[in-house]
Amino acid sequence: MRIAPLFALALFATPLWAGADGLTATGDLGLVVERATGSLLLIDRSDHAAVARIEGLGDLSHASLTYSPDERFAYVFGRDGGLTKVDLLTRTIVARTVQAGNSIGGAISDDGKLVAVSNYEPGGVKVFDAETLALVADIPAEGKTIGLVDVPGRRFAWTVWDSGDAFLGDFSGTEPQIVTLGNAGKNPFDAVLTDDAHTYLIGLFGEKGVTAFDLWDESPAPEKFLTDYGKTGEDMPVYKMPHLQGWAFTEGQYALPAVGRHELLWVDRASQKTVATTAMHGQPVFVIAQPASPFVWVNFATPLNDVVQVVDSRSHEVVATLTPGKAVLHMEFAPRGAEVWISSRDDNKILIYDTRTREKIGEIAAQAPSGIFFTARAHRTGL
Amino acid sequence: MRSLAAFVLAALPAAAEVPPDRAVELEHIVTQDCGSCHGLTRAGGLGSPLTPAALVHADAAGLALIILDGIPGTAMPPWRPLITEDEALWIADYLKKDPTP
Repeated sequence: MRIAPLFALALFATPLWAGADGLTATGDLGLVVERATGSLLLIDRSDHAAVARIEGLGDLSHASLTYSPDERFAYVFGRDGGLTKVDLLTRTIVARTVQAGNSIGGAISDDGKLVAVSNYEPGGVKVFDAETLALVADIPAEGKTIGLVDVPGRRFAWTVWDSGDAFLGDFSGTEPQIVTLGNAGKNPFDAVLTDDAHTYLIGLFGEKGVTAFDLWDESPAPEKFLTDYGKTGEDMPVYKMPHLQGWAFTEGQYALPAVGRHELLWVDRASQKTVATTAMHGQPVFVIAQPASPFVWVNFATPLNDVVQVVDSRSHEVVATLTPGKAVLHMEFAPRGAEVWISSRDDNKILIYDTRTREKIGEIAAQAPSGIFFTARAHRTGL
Repeated sequence: MRSLAAFVLAALPAAAEVPPDRAVELEHIVTQDCGSCHGLTRAGGLGSPLTPAALVHADAAGLALIILDGIPGTAMPPWRPLITEDEALWIADYLKKDPTP
């Protein structure tokens, strides 16, 4: 009878989905947010397959997530203020806290020790222990916080929609050190950190322009550019806010979504001068660089959201227009760029495209999918 | 406010009639597209809460006008290019009455 408990333990410890050797690796896994059902679909990138569904994550509209450095755990940031830690190996929720009334995103520190959440209501940033989800720091703000990013050295940067103020918080010591970077401008709607952690770029909705802070500088000052794009024409309604996470940095340029214009704006990174404008199918939402290539892929706001366009960053020309499905919400590239996975919310599908042929090579059923997140994000700054 | 109310009443029909198929589409728009800013459960986000409780004192015709023309200076866009006045009023009624998911 001594064997029985050991056998039971072995059954419990060996995941049912694991390979023949009883082991599983997470490097080619990913999670898809199923926004309406509050669930996550665990996907295997190599197999083009869904392998599990994890439920009970609350309101996942506008949800995003980050991964632990070992690519085992995902931290999911829900709209309803829920912060959920999910184990990709056991496919279960291992910790969950409803930490605010309304939140918009989060980030994990470079060492993987802290998870920060950006909150709308009450406005501010809360920082949690990545192991236990215990509260480590609570930084209130005078409004809704947006554009939260991880900065090397166990730091985070964020911006306040209502006041326009941008902040840098250092959580490497016993007490958090919060400094005001400066004022970005009127109604910043999102922000992003360049992959070299050099420039914190903040997009403005309440006025034209983008504000940059040089985070390599000891005392960064706001530098505003793109302040007069489209000033000769009437702005169009913005039916969905552009997202800056995944802003394309390519060929020494920023490829930025115009706000209220059906255009892509190309800005030289060094001079911050506009070098080109590309007329697009609709209001760009995500503008994402295809890794290891000169191309950027763009999706659009409703009602023109059944199209994805590919633009060459050298010629600034649209080189392909695809119609993957209804209500395309997100695109995620394989880390080396061979494939792009595209979510079609209203077709309840993930479409997989070969990025060289731009042909569809697979699809996966999903319930109203939005964000797609591969575990390789664990090793990228600012995601 | 009285003059605005009078204008609203004059500008919009008193009751909204939309075909059942379109009603299903409008419900989808409310959940998914309005939900982008107001939350899938309409508890609010970048946009204000749109639950029946939050809208208890709001006038349906006034809400319909906000839906149609947006609120200048904010992130609320005008939906008039995409929906009719009847449909906006239908959405306003729906928001005021329908329990959130």
